Parts: sequence; C-alpha cells; structure tokens
Amino acid sequence: MAYHAGQVVRLARAFRVLVRAGLWSALFALLAAGAALPKAMGEETEPAAAEAPAAVADNAVPAADVQRIPILLAREIREDRLPPLSLLDIPPPDDGVAGAKLAIADNNTTGKFLNQEFSLDIVQSAKADELVAEVKRRVDEGLAFIVVDAAAPTILAIADAIKDREAVVFNASAPDENLREEDCRVNVKHTAPSRYMLTDALAQYLAWKQWRRWFLVVGPAPEDTAFADALKRAASRFGHKIVEERAFAYDPGSRRSDGGFEQIQQQIPGFTQKVPDYQVAVVSDEGDLFGDYFPYRTWDARPVVGTAGLYATSWHPAVELWGGTQFQNRFKRLAGRNMRPLDYNVWMAVRSVGEAATRKKTNDPKELILYLQSPEFELAAFKGQKLTYRSWNGQLRQPILLVTAKIHVTLSPQPGFLHQFTELDTLGVDKPETKCKAFPK
Amino acid sequence: MNKKTLALAQVAAISVFMLGAPSAHAYRVFVSNEKENTISVIDSEKLEVIHTIKTGNRPRGIIMANEGKWVIVCASDDNTMQVFDAKTYEYVKDLPSGPDPELPILHTSGNPLYVSNEDDNLVTVVDIFKGTVLLDVPVGVEPEGMGISPDGKVLVNTSETTNMAHFIDTSTLKTTENVLVDNRPRVAQFTPDGKQVWVSAEIGGSVSIIDVATHKVSNKIKFEIAGITADAIQPMGVRITKDGKKAFVALGPANRVAVIDTATQKVEKYLLVGQRVWNLGFTPDEKLLFTTNGTSNDVSVIDVENLKVVKSIKVGRYPWGVVSAPF
Repeated sequence: MAYHAGQVVRLARAFRVLVRAGLWSALFALLAAGAALPKAMGEETEPAAAEAPAAVADNAVPAADVQRIPILLAREIREDRLPPLSLLDIPPPDDGVAGAKLAIADNNTTGKFLNQEFSLDIVQSAKADELVAEVKRRVDEGLAFIVVDAAAPTILAIADAIKDREAVVFNASAPDENLREEDCRVNVKHTAPSRYMLTDALAQYLAWKQWRRWFLVVGPAPEDTAFADALKRAASRFGHKIVEERAFAYDPGSRRSDGGFEQIQQQIPGFTQKVPDYQVAVVSDEGDLFGDYFPYRTWDARPVVGTAGLYATSWHPAVELWGGTQFQNRFKRLAGRNMRPLDYNVWMAVRSVGEAATRKKTNDPKELILYLQSPEFELAAFKGQKLTYRSWNGQLRQPILLVTAKIHVTLSPQPGFLHQFTELDTLGVDKPETKCKAFPK
Repeated sequence: MNKKTLALAQVAAISVFMLGAPSAHAYRVFVSNEKENTISVIDSEKLEVIHTIKTGNRPRGIIMANEGKWVIVCASDDNTMQVFDAKTYEYVKDLPSGPDPELPILHTSGNPLYVSNEDDNLVTVVDIFKGTVLLDVPVGVEPEGMGISPDGKVLVNTSETTNMAHFIDTSTLKTTENVLVDNRPRVAQFTPDGKQVWVSAEIGGSVSIIDVATHKVSNKIKFEIAGITADAIQPMGVRITKDGKKAFVALGPANRVAVIDTATQKVEKYLLVGQRVWNLGFTPDEKLLFTTNGTSNDVSVIDVENLKVVKSIKVGRYPWGVVSAPF
C-alpha cells in the first residue's frame, strides 16, 4: 500500500470515477492492487521547497551530513461517508495530502539553512486493520512521525500498535472527545480541535451576542448526537438555555438529484413551527447532510448556527488574518484549490515536527517528541498567537474561527472569557476537569 | 490660512505647550493605512492630520528616500512600490518589487533599496533612481523585517515562517549567516554602534538581541504586564534612540509600548497606547515617537524625554507604518 504522492493523485482520480459509477467492488480491487505495488521506501522524497526564479543569488548550503526526517500520512478511506448536501463541500481527493505537502515544503525552506530534509510518504486504505499493520511495519523500520486522517477507533488502534516505540501519532481528523479524555494515549497529539472546543467557541460568541435561547435540531447520525451533547455542555457552561430539542429524522436519499427544493421549502417551515420563543436555531449535522436546508427556511425568522449557517472550524479558505493571505496563496499555488480544515490540521502536524527539528537541531525522535510536549514548544500557525500542546492530553490549543460559507465572522475565545493561564483554555476540557490519566503529571 | 484653521492651530500649539513637549521643528509624519489605501500626513507640531494621500492597494512599509524628497510605500496587494513627493504629495512613479512587498529599507548611502516580498521568499534589490531590479536574494518563508548596519555593510532580513534572521553581505548580496530566533520574527533593528541587531518575535513574545560579531543571540528580552496574558504580548516595531540608550518596542494587542534601557536590557516602563500597536517612528529630532495602532485607527504620540503618551490622533483604517521628515 505504499504510494508516491503522484500515484495518490492518479489513484484518487480513478477513485472518483469508480465512486461516481458506484463500482465499489472495483474500488476494493484497486486498493488490493495498490497493496501489491512495489514498495518505494526510501525514495519517496518530495522535492525540496524552493522554486528558484532565474536571477537569484546562489545561497546553497554545502551538503554535509543531512538530517533526514521522514513523515508518514496515514489515510483511512471512509466509504461509508455520505456525500455532503452541497456540491461545494465535496472533499477533493487530496484533502489533507496537499496540507502535508505544503508543510513539507515550508519545513524544507527552513531545513535548507539547517541541513535538515523532510520527506512525505502516504499510505491509505479502506481497511483499518491493513492501515494499522502498515503503519506498524514502518514504525518498526524506524519511522517516528505519523499524521493520521482516520476515524477515532483507527487512530486508537494505530496508537496502541506502536505504543512501545519512539513514535508519535498526530490526529488531524477526529474531533471525538474520548480520544482526549478517557481513551487518551500519551503517544497521540491532536491538531484537530475537539467537539468541545468547537462548541465552546460557538457558545462564547452566542453569549457575546446575547443569543441565549436556543432551538436545538439534532440529526440521526451518532456524530450528530455527540455534537449535540457537546452543544448542551457548552450551553450550560456559558449560560444558554435550550428551549426545545427536536430530532431531525432524515433519510438523505440522493443528494445529486436535480429537483426536490420545492418539498424542502414546505418541509423545513413545518418542522420548525411552534417552537417556544427562541433566538437562534442550533443545528447538529456533522456530515452536512441536511443542515444547509435550514437557513432562510425556518418558520420564524431566526439565524441558524451549529454545523450549518454560522459554524466553528479550525480553518477557512477566506481567512486573511495574521499573514493568512500569503499562507493561502502558497497553498493555492501548490494544490490548485482552496485550503480546507483537514489540510490545515495536517499542515499543523507536519509543521510541529519541523518546528521541533528546527529548535532542537536534531532528527532524533526521542528528543523531538520530548520537546513537542515541553512548555518550550510553540507553533506559529496564522492564528495571531502561538499554539502549544496541552500538557494533560496532547490537544493543540488554538483559537477557533466562527465562519459562514464565505467568510469568517469572529474568532473565539471571545473577549471577556478569562483564564488564569491562557484564554485558549476556555475552549474545551481544561486541566482540572480532564479524565485523561495517560500523561505524566 | 482661514480663521478656522488658525484657531485650530492655536489650540494645538497651546496644548503642545501645556503638555511640556514644545518642538522647535515641525515635521511631516507619514502614516500608511493598510485597509484604507491612503497615507495620512500629520503635522508634528499641530499634531493633526493635514493631508491624505491616495495610494495603491494595502499600503504597508513606508520610508523616506532621495534626501527626504520622496516617500516610498509598499502597495502590497498591487505587487509594487509607489513613490510620492514628500512636499507636494504628488505621485511620482512606481518602483518594481517581488510579489507582496512588505518592508523596504534603503542602503545607508541612499541607494539601492532592499525590499522583503512576503509572498515569494525573496528580498529584492532595487535601484530607486533607475527603477530597476538589481537582484533577488533567496531567504526564508515570508520575508518580513529589514535592518541595515550603520556602515551599510550588512543587511538583516527576518522570515516569519522560517523564524530566522538572515545576514546578507550588501557587497556580494549573499547570505552569510542564518540565525534562528523566536517564532514569527517581524522587525530587525541595528543598534547605532552596529554591534547588535534587535529582532522582535510576534508569536514568540520576545526580542532577541543578536551579537553581530559572533551571530549569537546574546539575550532574549521577555515582557510581563500585570493583567495581560502572555498570548497577547506580541512584540513588533522596534526603535532605538540615536544615542543608543533607549529602545522602544511595540507589543501589538497588549496595547503597550515597552521602554527598555539598552545598558541593562531591562524594561523600564510600559506606555499605554492604542489597540494592536504595530510600528514605531521617531521624528528626526527624536523628541516624539509615533505609534501606529491598527485596531483603533489612530496613532499615539509619545513624548520621548518624559516617556509620556501625549496625544492620540485619528488616522485612516488600520494604520501600519510610520515615517517622518522635515517640512
């Protein structure tokens, strides 16, 4: 299952064709064929970053003992995921991969001054056990840094498979609270924000707006229940009242049909009728399967927030704050598309490794992993302040954007929500509340 | 001068007198307003805006050139620099740069100009009279701060994402040293004796003092302000007095300017200014220091001798850079 990045792109293209054609069996065959492809360990190095224009002074560092730092991106292809409602939200085949590539390029620009060279390798599979086995095999061969885009159980399985090794897993995708709490692992870091961080960010802004009476709409998926639970916790933390909760039992059916809005126009006003006086409709639909039906269709004229309308995220392609413009431009030049939250989360993981290697001037995994968890580590990630890993559960502290489809509305923590150490810890589970016991006190 | 302006001028003169900062010379202070695409021109004696210059898109770094006759501003989103006449405020010409120029600095001899291009990992060397690019020097990711040694031999550029101060020999235009500093370095400022470079790190929350002879960081100045979390202390603009005794550091969203005794390298005082204080600029006589306060759309005026903030002046939206010259 070892692919070059180029192979990934080609495979992804084949993937899309097959998905569109509904040829799942063929897809499995393709993946199986991929497993039989010749392994390319050791020669998968991405080209170094600098694109050199013509009239440029020569500043090359003489090649002495280059410190090589390979990083693996492990992707779980989740074919049970339904396509989202909007065509605009369909993930590109290189979702996350492009973020990794940009971070490798950024790392290598610094690396060329310090004689360090970063490389990216990608493994992907629809079968979690295959993915776990492949990551384990590579870690046994000496790999130390694994960025994972997978479901929570797969992330745990990977972490447990390599738990005695000098290796660290970065969770770039799963928002699940249990990964940071009762099921936390000392060898896992989380660049993806947790659900609690996202819902706290939203609840703080709604408190700032004084939109305190919520009408909660919960979708049928287990993730929707989890997100709704996080919303309820945030509501009680920040003084909101859920005046009514309704389950939106929805069979998504075909999202690509060329009709149906006439019925939705009837359905949503009916569904939102006779709610006790509320100020804001809060929708929990993590798969983006129905939430976008709500704005402009509710019975009462109310704003929609949650997973649709105004939503919380780690990144948005229109953010231009704190040098974000240059960051977005670099990404677009590389990927030919907008940067998505998964790209950003993966970028932060790969950059974390780069930042540690820069500061410690070594490629020794033990020293780098120790440094990542130390209070000295800090990451600059276009959020206007340094980001650090929480010492009690490995979660990356970060400001959370509240955005519409087009632009950011605000950034939490909101002014006035204070904390004795860092206001970023007003988002998510704070040290005194944590159930995580894996980390040294 | 009509009656109204005369009256205003008198009021301004009286208030300056009362504040104990009489100035023998009046200067023009030029403030680039990043979001408004303008330069506000302030009279340093009246302490009021006397003119507004229309610029290209996203004006940021701003310097005087051609013996004070020109104001050069980076129009970052137009990927160019613009030259304006410092007295008539007329547009003179464009100067070439790389993509997204941010901060220009002149060689001590007055030419060439070096400009950091935030979107291209390059520092561009430009002849300001011929309007030509002499060379591009590759540096780290997101080049930003620019400092030049008093003898003109060494140029220092900081790169925001590579987190380095790159030392460039101005005769060969090759980088000679790359010194790692804290996260997101912004401004590089030589001490007048040329022995140190002070580099502010916005995200790292520090100012690194680099010894020029050894290229080692000899000290890191950190800041502590009661009631303000460390996250909000983001050092940006750095200015050092000509006698080398005092350094001023703008602390971004901490809304303070730190005053540092350069002998002890300790913070003497924090001056409360406007919101998200970004860059700093002395008047040529160093009696006044102007600060650009991005979020509150104003500049604060600091009386340098008495270390007091004497006035806030409303300028355009998101003031970014500041420079001044005699009338």
